[in-house]
Amino acid sequence: MDLLQLLIIGILGLAVVVAGTVFLARRRALPPATKPELPARPTAEPTAPPAEPGETPASELPAVPALERPEAPATRMARLRRRLAGSNNPLARGLLSILSSDRLDAEAWDDFEATLITSDLGVGPTQQLTEALRHELAIDGVSDQALARQILRTELLKLVDPDLDRELKVDGADGKPGVVLVVGVNGTGKTTTIGKIARVLVAENKTVVLGAADTFRAAAADQLQTWGDRVGVPTVRGPEGGDPAAVAYQAVQRGLDDGADVVVVDTAGRLHTKTGLMDELGKIKRVIEKLAPVTEVLLLIDATTGQNGLIQARVFADVVQITGIVLSKLDGSAKGGIVVQVQRELGVPVKLIGLGEGVDDLVPFEAEAFVDALLSE
Amino acid sequence: MFDTLQDRLSEVFKNLRGKSRLSEADIDATAREIRLALLEADVNLAVVKDFIANLKARALGADVHKALNPSQQIIKIVNDELVEILGGEARPLRFAKRPPTVIMLAGLQGSGKTTLAGKLGLWLKGQGHSPLLVAADLQRPNAVNQLQVVGERAGVHVFAPEPGNGVGDPVQVARTSILHAMSKLYDVVIVDTAGRLGIDAELMQQAADIRGAVNPTEVLFVVDAMIGQDAVNTARAFEDGVGFDGVVLTKLDGDARGGAALSIAKVIGKPIMFASNGEGLTDFDAFHPDRMASRILGMGDVLTLIEQAEKTFDAEQTQKAAEKLLGGRGEFGLDDFLQQMQAVRRMGPLSKILGMMPGMGQMKDQINNIDEREIDRLEAIIKSMTPAERANPKMLDGSRRTRIAKGSGTTVTDVNSLVNRFFEARKMMQSLGGQMGGAGMPGLPGARRQPPRQAPKPKGRGKGVSGNPAKRASSPEALPAAAQQPEWNPADAFGLGKSGQASDADLAKALGDFQLPPDLQKMFDQKNQGPR
Repeated sequence: MDLLQLLIIGILGLAVVVAGTVFLARRRALPPATKPELPARPTAEPTAPPAEPGETPASELPAVPALERPEAPATRMARLRRRLAGSNNPLARGLLSILSSDRLDAEAWDDFEATLITSDLGVGPTQQLTEALRHELAIDGVSDQALARQILRTELLKLVDPDLDRELKVDGADGKPGVVLVVGVNGTGKTTTIGKIARVLVAENKTVVLGAADTFRAAAADQLQTWGDRVGVPTVRGPEGGDPAAVAYQAVQRGLDDGADVVVVDTAGRLHTKTGLMDELGKIKRVIEKLAPVTEVLLLIDATTGQNGLIQARVFADVVQITGIVLSKLDGSAKGGIVVQVQRELGVPVKLIGLGEGVDDLVPFEAEAFVDALLSE
Repeated sequence: MFDTLQDRLSEVFKNLRGKSRLSEADIDATAREIRLALLEADVNLAVVKDFIANLKARALGADVHKALNPSQQIIKIVNDELVEILGGEARPLRFAKRPPTVIMLAGLQGSGKTTLAGKLGLWLKGQGHSPLLVAADLQRPNAVNQLQVVGERAGVHVFAPEPGNGVGDPVQVARTSILHAMSKLYDVVIVDTAGRLGIDAELMQQAADIRGAVNPTEVLFVVDAMIGQDAVNTARAFEDGVGFDGVVLTKLDGDARGGAALSIAKVIGKPIMFASNGEGLTDFDAFHPDRMASRILGMGDVLTLIEQAEKTFDAEQTQKAAEKLLGGRGEFGLDDFLQQMQAVRRMGPLSKILGMMPGMGQMKDQINNIDEREIDRLEAIIKSMTPAERANPKMLDGSRRTRIAKGSGTTVTDVNSLVNRFFEARKMMQSLGGQMGGAGMPGLPGARRQPPRQAPKPKGRGKGVSGNPAKRASSPEALPAAAQQPEWNPADAFGLGKSGQASDADLAKALGDFQLPPDLQKMFDQKNQGPR
């Protein structure tokens, strides 16, 4: 009882003080608040002198004997279309049959909205899309299915925004390797995705180092190593329960030493509500950046995730400034509509999608192909 | 963006205030909001429709409680319905008459089956059983290793004859595991299977084969609380493909609202048996329908807040701080404040904790704007003070303030504002403490030491009463939630219960009636108007 009261009182007090200072801080001219973090710390860290033999023709290293040869990227797209068409057709069929019915009454629009909502698109975007379509169709008075589909396609495309830059940034500057940090909540498929990314990179004749900075989950490092060994990529790992930032640092150091093109760092799954774990994640990124800038921070979102995905993305974006989203497990019956909202709110594009457990089931996200696949029959 | 139901309903009820009963139109308007709230909590659309239809019938029907005001009525009905669906037919784990009892875990990839196997193993072991974990996930790289490590941590044996990584036949493993368990006298066998998608016919067949091979006493469907609209499809696919007897909800330590639980409970009609809420092997508990109901509705979850507080706060320290504060002699210093602040921060992001407090719904926007780094700065300032200064901030003169500002990398203005705010807050907290002490919470230590000038004031001073519709919404919700858990007594849990005889209902009522002090509201308002 007492404790509870205190808690309330304490929190209120805290709120007052914080709100007050925040208010004051805002009111003061911005400069002090937006003080850049760097100048204070002269990069005294032994930033491993760029001793790597500059332009090592390391790409001539396909001396990966008897290793699995990853599939070329081109054939992946075809499979994407097939998979999506297979799994998501009910959505397309539902939408089109509603649109092509003779009379579009309120009930039909309700059904339409419902179909969209069941793809986890979220209430906001759904209403927006429905509004837009209603408007379009009211002008043209469409009962022709082809035209209806055309309009639906345009509107859907608008929603996914094809103009975003979806290139994976894996090229480091100044002879340093590109660093890809992969983050996400538990069980979204980070380790698996990294294994697949490593394969794609190897297929592009890049040299890769994997960093197993998931020191928490049992056997996570083993799992990553298994993936690495399959394509002949070294995995840097630390003791279980060790400091993940240290492992990440070592991995990037190894990448620098070996003159690798890309270092991909795996992190332990963490719920975005765990302040301590999120701080740890921030630390991992900071520590890596003592050696080389992180070129890409990928957030994994599971296609089955509902509206919580947006909150997750917000928090992760706050802590590590995510630059891209990977939508995993899209091969199930879930449609991953939540990424549309994430993309809209945070402006972070979906860059890759995972389509299954097969080793090459990772494809780049292409807005047009995605929408086409959704609407194909 | 994510308004809670509380916010939405308060919006609706703003216009309803003063009406004594609900008209059909009112109910329609409310139903729309509830529909949205449920959808945003990831409750399946079909379930929502059903739910709303029921709700309307009940709200219009004869069983409307005439004593409650409209918003209380609605929320009570909603909450009751939710608890009813979620609470369905709760039952304990069944054990086979002839051991071994076989528990099979099935679910999507990444829903947490392997981790759950360890938790379940530890839990059963704690109950005097001797469980055996079976590694029948031979698909994912190193899933077998993971189970072995988990088993080791839990101190439970693991049966893993196959190395995994695609090698071996899971059905065979499952079958031999039973013989193994019989010969070694394990009485519970927990079969961890590979994650699979509902639409993957081949793997579903495999799961069915495993089921056929081991003839499990319980098949548990493991599902992630974050799952969205697809929950029902997936659950149905598993029900059709494998068949399950109970549901385990994992990752409840996140802030997903977990509407999926409702969908599955409603559509499949299988009870939710366990809730797993953390990465530690002991973070595993029976499922509480009432808490889940408030969570789905996005209500301030007071019980969770209390539970978290109990975990993180040092009761003795807090009590001391309280006595100092309520002593009203300015003994409550910045060091106490710092302690409290750190304890609160350990519970999670400040914005989230504030969000859980009933009555704070209205300030959601402001709360969301709180920058955690500002709190770091506050900490830095306080830590730059000497112990004497912390204990007695009044001694801070100009030169001390300059030193502190230098030491903490802030400006004198920052220090000034912190100190001023602190004094203000202390004063306010003291009067608030007095207020609450008078508001039906006897046995408050230190209350008797209060100087008379801080005699309990009547609640809701001035025009503060009208300021907070959210609080009205929260009170009826808290009531049933607390009433349904007679065994749960926060006072006992804190070990501080000697003096406080107040019941849960009182607690809930106090919280429901809890009114933000006008000062604080002003503060937030002021901030809101600040230049952005």
